[in-house]
Amino acid sequence: MHEMSLADGVLRLIEDSAKANNFSRVKTVWLEIGELAGVEAEAMRFCFDAVMKGTLADGARLEIVTTEGKGRCFSCGKTVAIQLRYDPCPLCGGCPVEPTGGMEMRVKELEVE
Amino acid sequence: MCVTCGCGDGETKIEGEAHVHTYTPVHEHGHGSLISGHAHSHAHDTRMVQVEQDILAKNNQYATANRRRFAEHGIFALNLVSSPGSGKTTLLTRTIERFKGKRHIAVIEGDQQTSLDADRIRATGAPAVQVNTGKGCHLDAHMVGHALEKLALPDDSLLLIENVGNLVCPAAFDLGEAHKVAILSVTEGEDKPLKYPDMFAAAGVMLLNKIDLLPYLDFNVPLCIEYARRVNPYISVILTSATTGEGMDEWLEWLDAGMKQAFAQKANEVETLKRRLAELETALAAKG
Ligand SMILES: Nc1nc2c(ncn2[C@@H]2O[C@H](COP(=O)(O)OP(=O)(O)OP(=O)(O)O)[C@@H](O)[C@H]2O)c(=O)[nH]1
Ligand SMILES: [Mg+2]
Ligand SMILES: [Zn+2]
Repeated sequence: MHEMSLADGVLRLIEDSAKANNFSRVKTVWLEIGELAGVEAEAMRFCFDAVMKGTLADGARLEIVTTEGKGRCFSCGKTVAIQLRYDPCPLCGGCPVEPTGGMEMRVKELEVE
Repeated sequence: MCVTCGCGDGETKIEGEAHVHTYTPVHEHGHGSLISGHAHSHAHDTRMVQVEQDILAKNNQYATANRRRFAEHGIFALNLVSSPGSGKTTLLTRTIERFKGKRHIAVIEGDQQTSLDADRIRATGAPAVQVNTGKGCHLDAHMVGHALEKLALPDDSLLLIENVGNLVCPAAFDLGEAHKVAILSVTEGEDKPLKYPDMFAAAGVMLLNKIDLLPYLDFNVPLCIEYARRVNPYISVILTSATTGEGMDEWLEWLDAGMKQAFAQKANEVETLKRRLAELETALAAKG
């Protein structure tokens, strides 16, 4: 979904960081994307390259760190691992499982010069 | 790029004007850097900079500013989301007609192109601002903030924001609204809440619209509601037909309850502020 706007959000965070930390080139960008964030890694890579063109992060390497999807089951109350947001509980089959982790989309850190 | 708030939305147009700030900028939203990251040195010229920021941080910041503004002015704001053609604008014009003379209503219309929907709203006599997102597939909180400057809403208004017709992207972008309202027309099929779960999970209420067409379709209403509750156990459901007016009473009651709550909240906040002021004055008097 909307990876173009997300890539744009990444660029804005990079630009803010460049002002605050005084750098003019970005070599590598680490993103943390949860399994349940609804972000397609491949689409993100494509949009990242397109959005960074002609900016201080032109040609930067993109590293995506995936975090595990987790949720709390309404039926059995246990915290379980889920790969899809609306998957039923793998323990009791109950649904829905309320997502509690793996929803993040964050810029973690940058390698800059 | 917008120089006063750093926005780079070159394509966004509000009321046909490219997004530039020609007025004296009185921006409420913070321009301070989001990043408080510290830098540590590495070998050679490169170094690592910690960012640890949500990608949607900027949008969320604008959304928080909008939400604060709504709370201070008793404005009940709704974000209407659906696929194209589900009947959003028709529902809006009918809602405005029914509330005419009783409530102050204003509309922000989001579409990639044209001002057709804002024109339809203005034809009812209600103020409307058209935001054209160009290639953008959703409204964001920053565009809404600028549209608000054009609207100059009186206190205790109802603000209806019609998002770009799209069941996917608007789900992730908070505009500062009290609720998202998902509109699903019965011609789209009952499986949509399962196919586009993020939208229905984010919505406070689902309007099942065009129910006048049910006799001609094999749309399973209870199954559709079950699907919606599967992704969002808390979602309210109202069955409507914007053309025949069926279900409109229930929808208007739901709106009215929300508005009353927004007014009460504002009154509460004003009371709290007054009390705090009185306390400060007493404290000052005691000192003097
Ligand atoms: N039969 C029937 N038709 C409806 C109803 N509500 C809307 N329509 C028709 O559906 C079509 C689309 O309605 P709009 O109100 O323009 O829909 P929209 O969601 O605003 O469309 P976009 O802004 O383009 O996404 C129009 O031809 C309406 O007359 C309804 O309750 N029943
Ligand atoms: Mg419309
Ligand atoms: Zn369970």
